[in-house]
Amino acid sequence: MRTITYRDALREAIAEEMRRNDRVYIMGEDIAGYGGTYAVTKGLFEEFGEKRVKDTPLAEEIIIGTAIGSAIGGLRPIAELMTMNFSLLASDLIINSAAKFRYMFGGQPSIPMVIRMPGGGGAQRGAQHSQMLESMFAHIPGLKLVMPATPYDAKGMLKSAIRDEDPILFVEHELLYSVKGEVPDEGEEYTVPLNRGIVRREGKDVTLVTFSRMMHICLQAAEELAKEGIEAEVIDLRSIRPIDLDLVLESLRKTNRVVVAEEGWKYYGTGQGIAALIYEHGFDWLDAPIGHVTGKDVPMPYSKSLEQLALPARNDVIAAVKAIVPQPAGAR
Amino acid sequence: MAKALHTHPQAREGDDNSIGSLVDAHGLLTPEAERDAAVSDDQLRELYRMMVICRRLDQEGLNLQRQGELGLWGPYVGHEAAQVGAALAMESTDWIFPYYRDFAMAVCRGIDPGNILTIFRGLTHGAWNPYEYRFAPFIIPVGTQVPHAVGFAVGCKFDHEQTAVLVGFGEGATSTGDWHEAMNFAGVFQAPVVFLCENNQWAISVPVEEQIAGRIVDRAAGYGFPGVRVDGTDVLTVYAVVRAAAQHARQGHGPVLVESVAYRLQAHTTSDDPTRYRTDADLDPWKGSDKDPIERCAERLRQRNAYDDTFAVAVAQEAEERASAMRQTLVAARPPHPESVFDLVFANPPASLMRERDEFTSSLEQGGAE
Ligand SMILES: Cc1ncc(C[n+]2csc(CCOP(=O)(O)OP(=O)(O)O)c2C)c(N)n1
Ligand SMILES: [Mg+2]
Repeated sequence: MRTITYRDALREAIAEEMRRNDRVYIMGEDIAGYGGTYAVTKGLFEEFGEKRVKDTPLAEEIIIGTAIGSAIGGLRPIAELMTMNFSLLASDLIINSAAKFRYMFGGQPSIPMVIRMPGGGGAQRGAQHSQMLESMFAHIPGLKLVMPATPYDAKGMLKSAIRDEDPILFVEHELLYSVKGEVPDEGEEYTVPLNRGIVRREGKDVTLVTFSRMMHICLQAAEELAKEGIEAEVIDLRSIRPIDLDLVLESLRKTNRVVVAEEGWKYYGTGQGIAALIYEHGFDWLDAPIGHVTGKDVPMPYSKSLEQLALPARNDVIAAVKAIVPQPAGAR
Repeated sequence: MAKALHTHPQAREGDDNSIGSLVDAHGLLTPEAERDAAVSDDQLRELYRMMVICRRLDQEGLNLQRQGELGLWGPYVGHEAAQVGAALAMESTDWIFPYYRDFAMAVCRGIDPGNILTIFRGLTHGAWNPYEYRFAPFIIPVGTQVPHAVGFAVGCKFDHEQTAVLVGFGEGATSTGDWHEAMNFAGVFQAPVVFLCENNQWAISVPVEEQIAGRIVDRAAGYGFPGVRVDGTDVLTVYAVVRAAAQHARQGHGPVLVESVAYRLQAHTTSDDPTRYRTDADLDPWKGSDKDPIERCAERLRQRNAYDDTFAVAVAQEAEERASAMRQTLVAARPPHPESVFDLVFANPPASLMRERDEFTSSLEQGGAE
């Protein structure tokens, strides 16, 4: 094992898969010589050349359209969108084409396409550049959507995504790119499945269900809570769709309490979907209402101070846990 | 039957290009067009003055960013003639829909530059009332302001207003679907729009040759209206051509595309490192005084005997003063109040949002926020 950044882990996954299969190519804005806005594709152009590492004109709709078309034709495109916010320009192609072609056209064709894009806030990018829009896409049958939180998962899940036969939305987070973590040595082959969550921390008092950058915040909250005698189990979903509900329910049967924590908005989003599934399938195991930590119900403010207030923080998680977990004896 | 209802003239030929004939093969105003435009010495001096001020403000913006006072700065040096020429060519009753680099247009519209900078300091999303200045907000999702401008212009036509709408964008934006759809709509509805492409030959790291096959100006013909390619370093040309285009639009003759060709002399923004994709030598052809909008304007003024040291010194002095005033306004700006995070989401906020706000306020009172 070595310690590398999330960014480097992604790059390794792309490079390894491109070496493994010459049908894989990557395209996007400023990804070739420039190496990508977040430097994920740095060096790929030098290794694979312009045929397989393509700079495109500034047009998200046709980037995704081209990915779909070339995937239908048997290539395995990775499309990089500079940010998830710009996926909105291509949303018709993602939702009305990529997600539906297999279903509508008799099981043909396959669209083995990966759309990579960072979402999320915290870097003071303003309302139009800081959104977590995963719930919008995760709502759609025919799409898979994953949001790895660690370098290990970033690499392993991207490799799986590139090998998958269906369209995958691979949502990164701007503030995770420089986060470091353990990843197997180069040459040591591994993949991570696209349908499994993972328990990041064991606990018996409450289950924190979370994903992406919020997972790290939940881990910090769990450490704080432990000092007060509350042991939180932290589940990193990793994949939003499909969701590993069994893992969540298993944990619920142990803790009987759940807080769902996400960076995005409250209403009609991922967290509410998860909570509804838990109520539907695990109601009898619940000893308290499900807590829900989210960003504030406003477009992301630009001002640094307001942005920090709008994003969910460790203390919000702690407060949500304390609201449903009885204070341990002896604690003040 | 339905066909008979269509009173529109059939699709106009794109080659009705009287505006195009204002410029020669180099994109410069022809002597006849210059005579007809009759731009006075005072008007030309005003163009010069605003370019000098705006360049100084750009430099100050860069300085402020380097000193940590701004989160980001998008330099527009090289764009002065395009932005000042176009903005001053519009009537105060016209509207402008800018893109993020059109700072100088905002200054020409009379918006306080220190206030504009609060955006780049990350204090606010919007620093002026668009209706007060007839100047829409800076738009960052590339190309999306172009449909807005066309829609606004369609509305003006609906109300029989003699208003023209100027929309600014880079050459990269012309790749977007939004841009093409807006161009087509404008042509079909004869919307009073002047499309101003500030072709600075780079979209971050992508050079114009990799962005567009063919010429941007030629796109206009495909959408049935005139296009004209101008030397974007000559403010007189930009001014005269945009003024004629706006007049054309106001008179109900439909849209015009103006492609202003210049060069992005600085980084895309302060977050960019252009040495990763271009060399100093690439810039050389654009560094001479023959390509400098301010020098060229000074030269035109000299030819008219309308330029002397007293004038130049006074303008430079004013530019200094405006730069320091801008800095002062910026550093005096205060961060917004925490509760304002809930403001402006709706005209009539729903109860759920008010509840969230009240809970937040009481958590602040209890010192709950981190
Ligand atoms: C829809 C969209 N895609 C990508 C971006 C990221 N981006 C910001 S500016 C830019 C380049 C724009 O170039 P151009 O239109 O030529 O304008 P310039 O910056 O050169 O003035 C890109 C790709 C964005 N803001 N919006
Ligand atoms: Mg450009």
